[in-house]
Amino acid sequence: MTGATRRDTALVVILGAALILGLPLVIDTHVLTLLVAYGMLALSLGLIWGFGGVLCFGQAAFFGLGAYTFAIAGINIGESTLPLILAVLVPAGFALVLGAMMFYGRLGDVYLAVITLVVSLILFRWLNTTAGPAYVIGNARLGGFNGIPGFPILNVPGRPDLMIWGEPLYYAAAVTLLVVFLLVSWLLRSSFGRIAIGIRENEERVALLGYDIRARKTVLFAIGAAIAGLAGALYATWAEVVTPTLFSLQQSAEIIIWCIVGGLGTRFGPILGAAVLAYLKFALGQQSVIDNMFILGLVLVLFVLFLPRGIAPELARLGAWATGSRRRPARRRPPPAGVADG
Amino acid sequence: MDLAVVILVEVLYAIASLALISAGLAVVFGMMKVINLAHGEFMVLGGYATITAVGLGVNIFVAMLVVAPLVVGLFGLIVERLVFRHLYGRMIDTMLASWGLSLMMIGAFKMIFGNTTTGVSGPIPGFTVGNYQINGYNFFIIVVSVLLLIAMLAVLRGTRAGLVARGTMQRSDMAAALGHSPDRIYMLTFAVGSALSGLAGAVLAPLVGLVPTAGAAFIAKAFITVIAGGPSLVAGLASAAGFFGLVNQFFSFLVSPVVGDVALLVAAVVLLRLLPRGITTRFFRGRL
Amino acid sequence: MAETVLETEGLTMRFGGVVAVDNVSLKLAARELRCLIGPNGAGKSTFFKCLCGLLTPTDGRVYLRGEDTTGWETHQIAALGVGIKMQVPSVMDGLSVHENIWMAARRHDDTAGANDRAEEVIARLALGPIARSPLARLAHGERQRVELGIVMAADPWLVLLDEPAAGMTAEEVARMGEIIREMTRTAAVLIVEHDMQFIRALASTVTVFHRGRVLMEDHVDRVMADPVVRDVYLGKQA
Repeated sequence: MTGATRRDTALVVILGAALILGLPLVIDTHVLTLLVAYGMLALSLGLIWGFGGVLCFGQAAFFGLGAYTFAIAGINIGESTLPLILAVLVPAGFALVLGAMMFYGRLGDVYLAVITLVVSLILFRWLNTTAGPAYVIGNARLGGFNGIPGFPILNVPGRPDLMIWGEPLYYAAAVTLLVVFLLVSWLLRSSFGRIAIGIRENEERVALLGYDIRARKTVLFAIGAAIAGLAGALYATWAEVVTPTLFSLQQSAEIIIWCIVGGLGTRFGPILGAAVLAYLKFALGQQSVIDNMFILGLVLVLFVLFLPRGIAPELARLGAWATGSRRRPARRRPPPAGVADG
Repeated sequence: MDLAVVILVEVLYAIASLALISAGLAVVFGMMKVINLAHGEFMVLGGYATITAVGLGVNIFVAMLVVAPLVVGLFGLIVERLVFRHLYGRMIDTMLASWGLSLMMIGAFKMIFGNTTTGVSGPIPGFTVGNYQINGYNFFIIVVSVLLLIAMLAVLRGTRAGLVARGTMQRSDMAAALGHSPDRIYMLTFAVGSALSGLAGAVLAPLVGLVPTAGAAFIAKAFITVIAGGPSLVAGLASAAGFFGLVNQFFSFLVSPVVGDVALLVAAVVLLRLLPRGITTRFFRGRL
Repeated sequence: MAETVLETEGLTMRFGGVVAVDNVSLKLAARELRCLIGPNGAGKSTFFKCLCGLLTPTDGRVYLRGEDTTGWETHQIAALGVGIKMQVPSVMDGLSVHENIWMAARRHDDTAGANDRAEEVIARLALGPIARSPLARLAHGERQRVELGIVMAADPWLVLLDEPAAGMTAEEVARMGEIIREMTRTAAVLIVEHDMQFIRALASTVTVFHRGRVLMEDHVDRVMADPVVRDVYLGKQA
């Protein structure tokens, strides 16, 4: 077991390092940084949905909260280390409260989807109205639909004068993603992670074993939000402006699409999905013949219909077939029973 | 006094429009347990169909009440055959596919109609109550909604198709055993639900400027109204729309329309927490 | 007299106008084996669900080892040391036999201890050859056996089983009987069952449910010989 763990970690680090160093040869680091932030965001939903069976339709809310926290705290504090930590903690705390409310209320999948979607809509609507000078947090004006520009970007911890941007930002972000990836791997191997997977497979059985499903789902939900918040902070320092569109439904939709296309129940799939689709969107943005929302939608429909397990499991199967070894394919969560009786 | 009348009309209008925009979704969800996230875009399609028909010289009422439902109903029929048919019983997958469809439709609207606001002027003039101006078209919306709810009730209660539909709602396997093909029932239900969405979009088109992304504003409200209403179709629709309409208007008057919208959403979250299976499981059990 | 591990006091469950369980008082001693029988709709399964926290009784109380657990959550009851198996096999389909059983053992043991315990249970239930297969690939009887393994792995002092022999072959039923016998060395076992042959083979005390009430409680042989029981229950099979 520990041998396999060490092999897995070594493989991830080597592959990760190769990607981090190799990709800039093909794609501009400015674009890559965005892909890294999106990859981390996809990983956050991949964790709670793919492994915990919690489908959150409002993962963008935590992403946006992370970004706004980073910006607002940055303006008030004047450097970025503490804001970065807050950008992780604030979404996580918010998710703890929201998650506790939902999971302790024993809401079914669909209701969970509705509530998370509605909460991100509330934030989206509300932030859009905060244009006036009355809406300030400390020294930071929320700025309505124009958002908040001009906050301190990422700096070397303890050295507010040493900003991290451009190519160094890419490397910093990519290494952060690698570390988060390793942490997620560790979490999934831990008892907590294994029981979370059990909950995804059969909630009732795990409750019959004496585990508190509600508490465990809430904690997992908060961990997902923390990762999404970190991704939001990375996005904020990359974009140097945060706007309410971070909370938009389309943003939430995209995260879900990344996970589906990449492959649920895998660690790497969502990141791959995010990178491929975000790059595709970027490339499509250069032309104007076909609207890129149309293509995104088409991709989602086609994947749900024809490849519901996503790319990554297929790639893994291909790899396994090539090397002659057999691996258990990741399963999609079985469809829930009807939400309302009668 | 004048103000009271104006407020009453506004509240009724808010409730009516909520019921109207949710009706199509409620039929599809109530019967098939399919949550169609493209519902908002179906409505927008109804709006565009109306505007296009009016542009071609069709009378606006014919365009709204006949052309739009037909166009969107037919469109629903096609996507049901192409996409949703393959996903029944897989609730989350259906939701995701319909979300994909919604994005595709937004993209298509942008390509066809351009990313600008298209409008059609309201066919009914406004009038004044004391010092206040009332939009006459609001009355039209209220009347259409009431007629729609009554018609739905009548069809479900009084016709053979309604009986079969109710049976399928309860137990699709038993309905199938009795010789009613669920496949066909689902197909027709989806088409009817789509037609209702189209009607709603068409009727509301003169009030909201149509942009390709306008559907998003409808879907959230429709979604929570239907879910909060619970399993009883008409009673659920009426009670949830009534509750949310009141909350919305109360806060709109007290603070601002945006706060009204936010209050509506907050009320939905609280309501779902308290009554996780919808209003009608608690208060209107077993009615339609 | 052995310690009482399970006691219900006037347990009643109403659904609307229907009284599914009507004022049932029942006692189970430590390491006792007890079968609940009764015709369909007698309220056995509802009673069972009240015991394991899936339903909150309308009236009456449930005591587990003297603790009032009425209205507790299922996981709290299970965490006391109660092993539960529902009627429909409920396992984690995408996970292997080992992972399923490990998860049960992990609740009161650390990771390594749970591994050992899982191996031990797998050996005892002769699940070795299929230990790494996902549950989705197993036959019905094997899945039932794995679920018993899940129950055993948690070292319970009270085991609640709802129709454990349903849909099994005669050979599997016999093995199931042995496993249950073995369980009673450390735990009290309460079984809701239909299969009369199985109950006869277990040769335990039987509580007969009829219309939500306890009709009679005695050794299986005397219950089978009782004319009233024959009437309400066995008579229907003739």
